Amino acid sequence: MKANKSRRSFLKNISFATASALALSSCELKSLDKFFQKNFRTLSKKEIDQMIKELEEDYQTKYGKEFHVSAKPATDQTLFGYALDISRCIGCRRCVYACVEENNQSRDPQIHWIQVLQMEKEKGVDFAHSDVHYNPEKVPEEGHFYLPVQCQQCRNPQCTTVCPVKATWQEPDGIVVVDYNWCIGCRYCMAACPYGARHFNWAEPNVPADKINTETHYLGNRPRLKGVVEKCTFCIQRVREGRYPACVEVCPVGARKFGNLLDPESEIRYILENKRVLVLKQELNTQPKFYYFFGV
Amino acid sequence: MNFIHFIRGSLKIIFQGSKMYYAWLLFLFLMILWGALGYGNQLAEGLVKTHMRDSVSWAFYIGNFTFLVGIAAAAVMLVIPAYIYNWKPIKEIVIFGELLAVCAVIMSIAFIIVDIGNPQRFWHMLPGLGTMNFPSSMLSWDFFVLLTYLIINFAVVSHLLYSIFYGKEYNKKAVLVLVFISIPMAVAIHTVTAFLYNAIPARPFWNSALLAPRFLASAFCSGPAILLILFQLLRKFTHFEIKDEAIWTIAELMVYAMFIYLFFTVAELFKEFYSGTEHILYWKYLLFGIGDNKELVPYSWSSIIMGCIAFLLFLVPRTRKNFVTLNIGAVLIYASVYVEKGIALIIPGFTPDTLGQIYVYTPSMTEIRTAAMIFSLGFLLFTFLVKIAIAIIFEDYSVKSIEKKLTMSEQRN
Repeated sequence: MKANKSRRSFLKNISFATASALALSSCELKSLDKFFQKNFRTLSKKEIDQMIKELEEDYQTKYGKEFHVSAKPATDQTLFGYALDISRCIGCRRCVYACVEENNQSRDPQIHWIQVLQMEKEKGVDFAHSDVHYNPEKVPEEGHFYLPVQCQQCRNPQCTTVCPVKATWQEPDGIVVVDYNWCIGCRYCMAACPYGARHFNWAEPNVPADKINTETHYLGNRPRLKGVVEKCTFCIQRVREGRYPACVEVCPVGARKFGNLLDPESEIRYILENKRVLVLKQELNTQPKFYYFFGV
Repeated sequence: MNFIHFIRGSLKIIFQGSKMYYAWLLFLFLMILWGALGYGNQLAEGLVKTHMRDSVSWAFYIGNFTFLVGIAAAAVMLVIPAYIYNWKPIKEIVIFGELLAVCAVIMSIAFIIVDIGNPQRFWHMLPGLGTMNFPSSMLSWDFFVLLTYLIINFAVVSHLLYSIFYGKEYNKKAVLVLVFISIPMAVAIHTVTAFLYNAIPARPFWNSALLAPRFLASAFCSGPAILLILFQLLRKFTHFEIKDEAIWTIAELMVYAMFIYLFFTVAELFKEFYSGTEHILYWKYLLFGIGDNKELVPYSWSSIIMGCIAFLLFLVPRTRKNFVTLNIGAVLIYASVYVEKGIALIIPGFTPDTLGQIYVYTPSMTEIRTAAMIFSLGFLLFTFLVKIAIAIIFEDYSVKSIEKKLTMSEQRN
C-alpha cells in the first residue's frame, strides 16, 4: 500500500515537473531556438531572413531604435585591399575612435580594433620597442613615427585555419569575418593572429543607446555578445554598399587608402604600381591585403 | 538487477572509511564548494573575472589543461615498463594507470570548458552535431584524440573491473589490443597538444620542433610521480603487492625522462640565447624579466630548482632507494612540472604580445578557485574509483559476495 502511494506521488510529481518544464520552455522557446541556431554558412536564404528579422526586433527592444541588419553577400569581381601611408600618419588616433563608433565596439570595457603603435625613427618598424599607450600633449612627437595596426585581412589567414568550429572564415571579397552566434570563445584565433587584430568580449559589451550605430551587417558591426571574438571587417556594412571604411574617411592627413584590388583603375592599384609597399611580418607568409607605404 | 546492487554496493564502499578518509572527503567537498562559488561568478560576469586580456588571451586554465593531458598520457605509458620488466601486478598497474588517465582526461576537458567564452556552445565542436573544423584545426584534433583516449581507457578499465566483479575471465585478446592502441594514443594526445601551440608561427616562443618531445619527456616525469606515491599507499593499505625493485625501476625511468627533458631544454636555450634574435624576448621575460616586469621569474626559477633537486635525488642510487627522499623527489618533480606547464609554458608565449606590448598576467582569485574546483572534483572522482577498484580487486567485493549478503539477510528475515 505504502509503495503504491509513493508510486502515485512519484507519477504526480513527474507529470507536474514535465508540465512546468513545458510551460517554461514555451516562453523560452525563442532562446532554445537560438541555442540550436546553425552556423551562418549552413543557413538557407529563408532562415537568414527569419533570423535577421528576429535580430532587428531584439536590438530594437534593447536599444529603443530601429535597426537595419544587412546580410548582403560579396559582389563578384571584388577583392578589397588597403594601403596606409606611414610617412603621413601623425598618430592622432582619430581612426581608432571613428572605428569604435562605426562598429559598435564596447565602451566599457574598451575594445579598439585599431592599435596605433608609436615607434622610434632610429629603430624602424620594431614592435619590441614600440608603445601603444603613448600620451603626449601633442602628436607627432619628435623622433617618432606611427604605425596603425588592424586586421591585415591576410590571403592566407592563420586565424580561420585554427578555429575548431568554422566560426570565422574569409569571404569571397577577401574580408575575414566572424559568426558571433557560432563562436565558442576558445580564443585559439587570437593566439594564432600575428597582428593582435582579434579582440575578445571579456565581459558583456556595453554601448550607450545614444551612441549605437543602427546601420549594421550580420558579419560586421551588429551588437555583439559576451564571450565572443570580434575584429576589423574593413567596415563590411559600408564597403559592400560602395562606401569607404570609417577609418579612411576620418583620417585628417589622407594616410589611409582603400579599394578593389581587381579594378585596374582603383587608387589601391595605383599605389601598388607607383609606390613601393611592404607588409608586416612577411616571413610568416600570411600575405596581407593591408599594405604599408611611404607616400612622401 | 545486479547493476543496481553494484551501484548500491559501490555507494556504500565509497562512503565507508577511516576518519582520515572522511577528513579527505570533507576537505575535497569544501574545496569544490569554495571553487564553484568563484566559478559561478565567472559564469555570470564573463571571463573578465580572470586576469586574461587581449594581450594574454590564454593563461592558467590552458596551462592546467596541458599539464593534465601529460598526466593522462604518462599514466598509461607506465604499462610499457610493467610489461617489459614483467612486474607481477601488471593487471593492477593497468587498472590504476587507466583510472588515473580517465580522471586526468576528464579534468583536462573541464579546463577547456571553463576557459571558453560560451560553454553552452561546446556542442558546436562535436562531430556530427556541430561543424568541427577537421582536419584543419589542431584543437579539433586534440578534442578528437582526447575523447577517443577517454573512451578506450574507460572501456578497458571497466571491462577489467567488471570481469573481476563477476568472477569471469576477462577478454584477454580485446584488452590486449585496446591497451596496445591506448599506448600510442597516449603519445598522440600529448603530441597533438604540443602541436596545438607549436603550429602557430605567430608565437615564436612555442614555434619550436622540440616542444612535442619536451612535452612527452616532462609528462614522463610528472605522471609516474603520482603513481609512485599511489603504489606505495596501495601497498601499505591493501593486498596490492609491488616489489621495491619495481618502484625503484619506475624512479630510474623517471631519471632518464628528466635527463632527456633537461637536455632538450638546454638545447632550446642554447639556440635561443646564442643566436640572440628578437625571439629571445620571451625566454628573457620568463627567466629574468624585461625591465621592471619580473612577475614570472619566481615561478620559473622555483620550477627549475625543484626539478634539479628531484633530478639529483632520483639520480643518486642511495637517495633513490630511500623512500623518504624518493617521495620528496616525486613531490618536487610533480610540482616542478606543474609550475612549468601551468605558468611557464603559456604566459611567456603571450608576453610580450604580437605587437611587442607587455601585459602583466598573474592568475586571478577566480582562476585559482576554478582550478581548485576542477582539481578537487578530479581527485574526488579518482578517490571513489580507486576505492571501488580496491574493493573489487583486493577485498572480494563481487557479485557473489553481494548475493551471499542478500541471501543471508533474507534468511534472517
